[in-house]
Amino acid sequence: MTPITVLVSVDSNSILLGAKEFVTYLRNLVANYNMDSLVTVLETVSLGSYNGVTVQVLPDDVYYSIKSKDDVRKIVEEHLLKGRQVWDLTIDKSSIKPAEKFELKEIRIVTRNIGSIDPKNIDEYIARDGYFALSKALKMKPEEVIKEVKDSGLKGRGGAGFPTGLKWELTAKVQADQKYVVCNADEGEPGTFKDRLIMEGDPHSVIEAMTIAGYAVGASKGYIYIRGEYYNSVENLRKAIKDAYEYGFLGEDILGSGFSFDLTVRLGAGAYVCGEETALLESIEGKSGKPRLKPPYPPENGLFGKPTVINNVETFANVPQIILNGASWFKSIGTPNSAGTKVFCLAGDVNRRGMVELPMGVTVREVLYGFGGGVRGGRELKMVQTGGLAGTFIGPDKLDTPLDYDSMRKYGVSLGSGVILAIDSSHCAVDIALNTMEFFRHESCGKCTPCREGTRLACEILEKMTKLEATQEDLSYLEEIASLTADASFCGLGQSINVPLLSLINNFRNEFLKHVNEKECSVNLCKKPEKKAKAFIK
Amino acid sequence: MAVCERHEELYEELDSYIDQVKDKPGILIGVLHKAQEIFGWLPQEVQEHVAEKLNLPVSEVYGVVTFYNHFSTKPKGKNEIKVCLGTACYVKGADRVMDRMLEELGVQLEEVTPDGLFSVHAVRCLGACSMAPVVLVGEKDFYGKVTPDMVTKIISAYKRGGSHE
Ligand SMILES: Cc1cc2nc3c(=O)[nH]c(=O)nc-3n(C[C@H](O)[C@H](O)[C@H](O)COP(=O)(O)O)c2cc1C
Ligand code: SF4
Ligand code: FES
Repeated sequence: MTPITVLVSVDSNSILLGAKEFVTYLRNLVANYNMDSLVTVLETVSLGSYNGVTVQVLPDDVYYSIKSKDDVRKIVEEHLLKGRQVWDLTIDKSSIKPAEKFELKEIRIVTRNIGSIDPKNIDEYIARDGYFALSKALKMKPEEVIKEVKDSGLKGRGGAGFPTGLKWELTAKVQADQKYVVCNADEGEPGTFKDRLIMEGDPHSVIEAMTIAGYAVGASKGYIYIRGEYYNSVENLRKAIKDAYEYGFLGEDILGSGFSFDLTVRLGAGAYVCGEETALLESIEGKSGKPRLKPPYPPENGLFGKPTVINNVETFANVPQIILNGASWFKSIGTPNSAGTKVFCLAGDVNRRGMVELPMGVTVREVLYGFGGGVRGGRELKMVQTGGLAGTFIGPDKLDTPLDYDSMRKYGVSLGSGVILAIDSSHCAVDIALNTMEFFRHESCGKCTPCREGTRLACEILEKMTKLEATQEDLSYLEEIASLTADASFCGLGQSINVPLLSLINNFRNEFLKHVNEKECSVNLCKKPEKKAKAFIK
Repeated sequence: MAVCERHEELYEELDSYIDQVKDKPGILIGVLHKAQEIFGWLPQEVQEHVAEKLNLPVSEVYGVVTFYNHFSTKPKGKNEIKVCLGTACYVKGADRVMDRMLEELGVQLEEVTPDGLFSVHAVRCLGACSMAPVVLVGEKDFYGKVTPDMVTKIISAYKRGGSHE
């Protein structure tokens, strides 16, 4: 009999559906039937579909979606033991891969290994060209590495879109006895879970990229600053770092090149503003994560006052492939001004939620329908939030906007961290605005008055609106606050509150007006008598 | 007193950790993580102790503790129930889950149940949005696609004293 491999999709999302228990149960059953030598059960990361836990049986290439231990038993007893496919659990490969008719061109650069390798096994990473880019880079001059990254057109995937090669070059140019490379893995944007899945599914790609960055800019120490709540990512990263040290990809004299690099994981402690790069550096220094005044920027004066490169997880994960395949290969993907791919996180009221990597320039509609299979339950689409909480809310009329670094400037649609959150017609725009502002109010670090007070006032007015007690003056005041706060705030958090708020008001002005003039909520969600405030409190 | 002795042990555990990491730069947050893991929360005495061991002003430690959501200056229930109110969860009805959770346990947000077993907390996105709405009990027990009607069942799994399973 040919050996059989069973891949079980285990990621943060499928764990919620019992994936871990299923794996244990599956292994036990396989052992009970004495099939250990024939059947290998592997945990793999996201296979992309979340209606149940996705399981792939190889070499038959059959996909199952399992929801219970009984389903696991069926697969073992029927498929593995008797070689009979269990049809009622079988899912169409097309539900794993995007529907044809939208011709979604999934291109996997940063997600290439996710789901294909065991993230805890460094050998599997190496088998897929892992650490080849590092050895190639170490044979190049640091300037050549930087030039390759610069020529590729890679820009930051953490939201701001700054050219990565340029950032490295600036850091390389500063003379200093010590420099640092920092990975921003704080991923706090509601609706975003891509960095988590990358770190869980392919931790070595981030480690390899950071080491390459260290070599390019002349840094000997790196930190990965990661959300404390991301237990699986932390675990996988720590294991990966340990293995990389053992194999000589980290530590002293890497691959005999004379270059040394150390890497440490630092846990965040739950503050959204720590995703802002200078606040993050403060936090690594052990202080409250309040943003610093810029300039000076981190390449000049960063961690512990030393020149520092700081990049997002997804940005880093692109680097090894760029070094291996060259800048022109990378540039050939995406749009002229936005090279490469973007990982999108699709959530909300759609049929299929999850993560998908697509070339830059893909439209909102393609992601929503091609990957997401459209709005759930046949409801009507009301709006889509793109880019994260500091991003934009758009109406269905803007679905054909291509998403890249120009979409904000050209169409007022934000790319941000790649969130696509679909919201159907059962939701109230004012209520969504309140939820959004409550987040900002809670996460405002309090360092500057405009943001601290502006977010508080905005919440108060919105709360009044959801109680149907606000007036038209309140609405005008709200718009004014949004603009004033954005203008006067110290950092990107306060500076961006006008984007979501004004996009909601502008797209759904009639709905806001109805709340203040007719004291009516279009979907009957807001009611006069005490509607509970859902404040985040510490 | 038994309680004090137990405390002594906890302090010893913390001190041995501090001694290991003391010389690393910027380690305060790491130490506080450890302290909260050991004590469950960060009472003032613990904060003062950390300040003394790390040679920092108490005010700095206090400033850091109050800045970060993860650190708590109030005791928490044995099982910390976190309900995500991030946007993706919110649009999938997380507020109704929250309401039911509080009602079922008869507490306010952040308040500990009289038996000490539970406290309920509102949190921002937990990075599991495709399973929205999401509830996290303790550090690792995730529940996805939670409806208000599932609340009783989730709670009851922890009522028998132990954590689930
Ligand atoms: C309030 C705020 C929160 C942010 N949160 C994150 C985050 O969670 N992850 C991230 O990579 N960048 C975040 N950023 C952007 C970072 O400041 C910075 O631009 C980024 O880490 C640079 O990396 P990149 O060039 O690779 O994108 C945030 C910015 C602001 C203003
Ligand atoms: S804008 Fe808000 S988050 Fe940024 S420094 Fe000011 S108070 Fe803090
Ligand atoms: S919004 Fe709740 S997990 Fe992301």
